[in-house]
Amino acid sequence: MNAIQHPLRKYIRGHVTKTTTCPGCGNGMAAQAILRAIDELGLSMDDFVFVSGIGCSAWIPSPLFAADTLHTTHGRPIAYATGVKLGLPEKHVMVVSGDGDLSAIGGNHLIHAARKNIGLTVVLMNNRIYGMTGGQTAPTTPKGLRTITSPYETLEYPFNIAEMVVAAGAPFVARWTTFQPRQITRSLKKALQRKGFSLIEVITQCPVQFGRVSKLGNAVNMLKHFKENSVPLKKARALDSGALAGKIVVGEFVDIEKAELAQECARIIRQAQEAN
Amino acid sequence: MTSQNKKIPSGTHFEMGNWACAEGAIAAGCTFAAGYPITPASEVANYLAERLPQAGGTFLQTEDEIAAVCAAIGASWAGKKAMTVTSGPGISLMQENIGFAVATETPLVIVDVQRLGPSTGVPSIGMAGDMVQVARGSHGDYQIIALCAQSPQEMFDLTVRAFNLAERFRVPVFLMADGFIGHMREQVVIPSEKAISLVDRKITQKGKNPMERQDFLDAEVAPMPVFGRGLASHVTSSCHDIHGMRNLSDPEVMHSYIMTPIQKIKKHRDEIVQVESDCAGKKVALVTYGTVARAARAAARMATDQGLSVGTFRMLTCWPLPDQEIRQLAQEVDAMLVLENNAGQMFPYLKAEAADKCRVEFLGPQTLGQIHEPEYVLARLKEMMK
Repeated sequence: MNAIQHPLRKYIRGHVTKTTTCPGCGNGMAAQAILRAIDELGLSMDDFVFVSGIGCSAWIPSPLFAADTLHTTHGRPIAYATGVKLGLPEKHVMVVSGDGDLSAIGGNHLIHAARKNIGLTVVLMNNRIYGMTGGQTAPTTPKGLRTITSPYETLEYPFNIAEMVVAAGAPFVARWTTFQPRQITRSLKKALQRKGFSLIEVITQCPVQFGRVSKLGNAVNMLKHFKENSVPLKKARALDSGALAGKIVVGEFVDIEKAELAQECARIIRQAQEAN
Repeated sequence: MTSQNKKIPSGTHFEMGNWACAEGAIAAGCTFAAGYPITPASEVANYLAERLPQAGGTFLQTEDEIAAVCAAIGASWAGKKAMTVTSGPGISLMQENIGFAVATETPLVIVDVQRLGPSTGVPSIGMAGDMVQVARGSHGDYQIIALCAQSPQEMFDLTVRAFNLAERFRVPVFLMADGFIGHMREQVVIPSEKAISLVDRKITQKGKNPMERQDFLDAEVAPMPVFGRGLASHVTSSCHDIHGMRNLSDPEVMHSYIMTPIQKIKKHRDEIVQVESDCAGKKVALVTYGTVARAARAAARMATDQGLSVGTFRMLTCWPLPDQEIRQLAQEVDAMLVLENNAGQMFPYLKAEAADKCRVEFLGPQTLGQIHEPEYVLARLKEMMK
């Protein structure tokens, strides 16, 4: 029997027939956005190595994607990916992981990879909470929200991850919500055509944990919330912090070219070998 | 990778142990190293930063030791012979990801130039303070390979051997040294390139589907599905099956995930374990490893001169423990005196093997962090042999 197949099915491992994500999760939308970017650029999965850490979104490439995949320890995928990229500079090395993995336990590696300008494409799924472990406060959780580890309220201020990575020196940084999947794909396609470090922050819905504690409820309501509260970067620059409270600034924060680390290392090898 | 500029400095040198280690890595075919500055290991990284590009390789200084070991593991999966180098505090930071290398069967060399601890301790004083943490410091059950150098010459020889064992068995291998050996200058003879035998990992050639391959969990060492060759390899440190696929439900898979990598090393222990002994016909054996072996030999010579029957037994491999060799020794001698530059780290393991057959005693240095004075060892020997 020849069943009709999703056009992106060919990028998924043949034996994988189900995912571990909860109903309404944004992981599937991000997975599609990534695979569409690869498909539309005419790239092959053999051109890629995917690296992920620990958490729900780290399970997007592993075991889903029919490519080389390295599923690492908590917080460290960028550090592993740096070694992979320096070993295989001709490959696209993409990190897919969450806000807890990449901005809490792995925050140091994130800013240093941006500073080094190692040629990784980082898709950071920001659901603003710890989903897999049961809804604990993350460094991205809005101040005032009650979670299982902030039962009175979250007292701390959340990271602005995209701005932080811009400040660390990344040449390409974008932020979108899962309500803007086409924009995610568009930015990813740009990122994959750049040599340097790039970050795509995806504000995503976790209806099971964040939806519950924020009272935003189910996935549809959360996506509506993203739609109503997204402010394009240009417009946001004209607004003061009061007007931006509770808003999600979306767009491409930086897009410049600068010398990428793996290519710089290759230059040093040529130089050292000529000198010898 | 170009090798025409590798330029192994064959010949006789008067050099530091840390220099010899870096040259050993280059000679072994290492093309990726990552590290973070730390005394007394820094010179290894310093030399590699200069030498690796000449050999077509890359040195990466990372933001911390965690990133260093992770990047080295990533580079190993990219097909490079990779290493990292640090001291005790760095090993402590690396431990979780050393477990990752164990669980994913990743070839990797970790050089530990040990110093006085716990905690910050004394950076410039050598001690054998990490002997147990390198074997048992990451969570879960596993078997490690650790080699112990006694001289700058062995910093070269055993670094080459560490890479060869890592490649042969697809495992992380430790080279243990200390601040004394790392910073000591002594004669180092580097053989010609031809005279250095190298081992390269077996790489899988089979197709695009890991479900049709055995990539992991073979006690005879599965060929490595390195990245970048269209193999669609699936690598995870979650419990996984022979294809590398995550399995968190089957107890048989869990058992094999833990036991097969242990068996892989234990089954081939004869290829791995190296000891040196001149204890045949002797009454007492001085059992040592690393720097302290030098003091043991001096003490044994003095004892022999004074008519005492004393030999030395040196472990070039501390892990896996040379258990058979120790049991054999225990049958031959009346007593063992274990000398370590610590409060007794290998001692309980050695005692457990030998104590039913001979007397087993421990002697740390007269002052911790200082190497045993031969006279001090001799005094203890005389007391034991009264």
